[in-house]
Amino acid sequence: MLDQYGLIGVLAIIAFLFPFVGVGIAWMLRPKRPDPIKKSTYECGIETIGDAWVQFRAQYYLIALIFVIFDIEVIFLFPFAVAFEQVGLFAVFEAILFVVILAGGLIYAWKKNALEWQ
Amino acid sequence: MNIDLRVIGEAFHQFLINIGLTSGQASLIDWIFGALILLVIFIVLAILLIWFERKLAGRVQDRLGPNRVGPFGLIQPIADTLKLFTKEDITPAGADRITFNLAPTLAVFSIVMAFAVIPFADKVIGTDINVGVVYLMAFASVSSMSLLMAGWASNNKYALLGGFRVVAQLMSYEIPMAFAMLLPVLLAGTMRMNGLVEAQGQFFGLGWNIWIMPAAFIIYLTTALAEGERAPFDLLEAESEIVAGYNIEYSGLKFAWFYLAFFMNTWVLSAVATTLFLGGWQGPFVSQVPALGVVYFLGKTIIMFVIFAWIRATFPRLRIDQMMSFCWKVLVPMVLVLFLLTAIILKLGLPTIAVWLLILLSNVAVFVIALWLLGKGLEKSKWASKRLFTPEIPRL
Repeated sequence: MLDQYGLIGVLAIIAFLFPFVGVGIAWMLRPKRPDPIKKSTYECGIETIGDAWVQFRAQYYLIALIFVIFDIEVIFLFPFAVAFEQVGLFAVFEAILFVVILAGGLIYAWKKNALEWQ
Repeated sequence: MNIDLRVIGEAFHQFLINIGLTSGQASLIDWIFGALILLVIFIVLAILLIWFERKLAGRVQDRLGPNRVGPFGLIQPIADTLKLFTKEDITPAGADRITFNLAPTLAVFSIVMAFAVIPFADKVIGTDINVGVVYLMAFASVSSMSLLMAGWASNNKYALLGGFRVVAQLMSYEIPMAFAMLLPVLLAGTMRMNGLVEAQGQFFGLGWNIWIMPAAFIIYLTTALAEGERAPFDLLEAESEIVAGYNIEYSGLKFAWFYLAFFMNTWVLSAVATTLFLGGWQGPFVSQVPALGVVYFLGKTIIMFVIFAWIRATFPRLRIDQMMSFCWKVLVPMVLVLFLLTAIILKLGLPTIAVWLLILLSNVAVFVIALWLLGKGLEKSKWASKRLFTPEIPRL
């Protein structure tokens, strides 16, 4: 177990340090002359009106909600797919039922126009 | 040439034990060396592929591409990196500093991590964990998370819009992609990357999943274009709509990290396509000469990369409502049906050839029916726009 994940652990540290070291070297080389104009928000030339962190449309929230449901479905189906040879017919029917129920949810969302991008 | 490439690693491990280290210390040094090798492969591939894609896109668009620095412009990516090292790094006023600085790091981090499970040849793999496919999906999510962080932290409305589009696009397309990756797992019965390649080694290349499940491959290809933020799905960094999306406020090396992550993400997606659908390192004489596997793997991956680059260089951008509808109304129902059919066919208890033929048949049927229904739907919906103005063609 540790044999297999040891490399991933070490790689995680190295992969995390690599961009940081790069930015560190750049920090030593680059010029540092900030001024208010430079630091202002990049837009069309006039200043941004109001806060940049505005309210976002409910559409994104709906999409994220449907995403969570289906992503969890996929995560449940992966172990099922690996154990497919060993499981009996009953488990296959159960998995099909699982997918069909979620497909029903997709159809419901579709009919409720949650998938329309207005 | 008839050497198992794993032998080198074992010999190195034995050498470390012989010079007086304990087994644990030797393993640690093994891991550090392995991780550094993966990082070096990452950097070398990045430099070559950035040059390659720019050259290819240049040729497609009737330009020369980079041709000044070094022979054929080969050193151009290195020159660009050196330039970006010396560029001023501007953090916009009012930005969420920690998130702003963490986002490019996480983008590169997630792509480098994916290299750990890519099988370059038989046994030439960082680590062959038994949850390889789920591991890849997990780090793909970290990647989209980093883009969302960048969009949120920039204190810029365009960047925020880009961040929202990350949520809409990358997350939506993750569903059909995960299902398309599930189908080879279902057939092979394992999530190990090497196991998936070994399962495709039968019948001299006819066992590749692209022949058995072409519809799944095409769905994977489409979603990979979306996950790799490539045209026609590059809405989250649409220059003409939201300037550059999430990376608008980034400059200097932090921008370079996003650029690097973008390119290498495509490479990882090509490598996964090769592993899952194109037989990975399988090829003629690979059982006699294991080192040939590296050549086959890189060759197939580069073919996939060229396809991605070609599509990027030629296709225009979709509209966001078209893109979202295509994902949820076409791809997701398609993969759900494909999954159900494949599961039922596999449980019928038929011989291998019959199973493959049935899966192939179901794939073709699902693909044709989906296209037919899509055409029907397009006829009815408002998408189908008749040409309002028909230009008169002058007769010669």
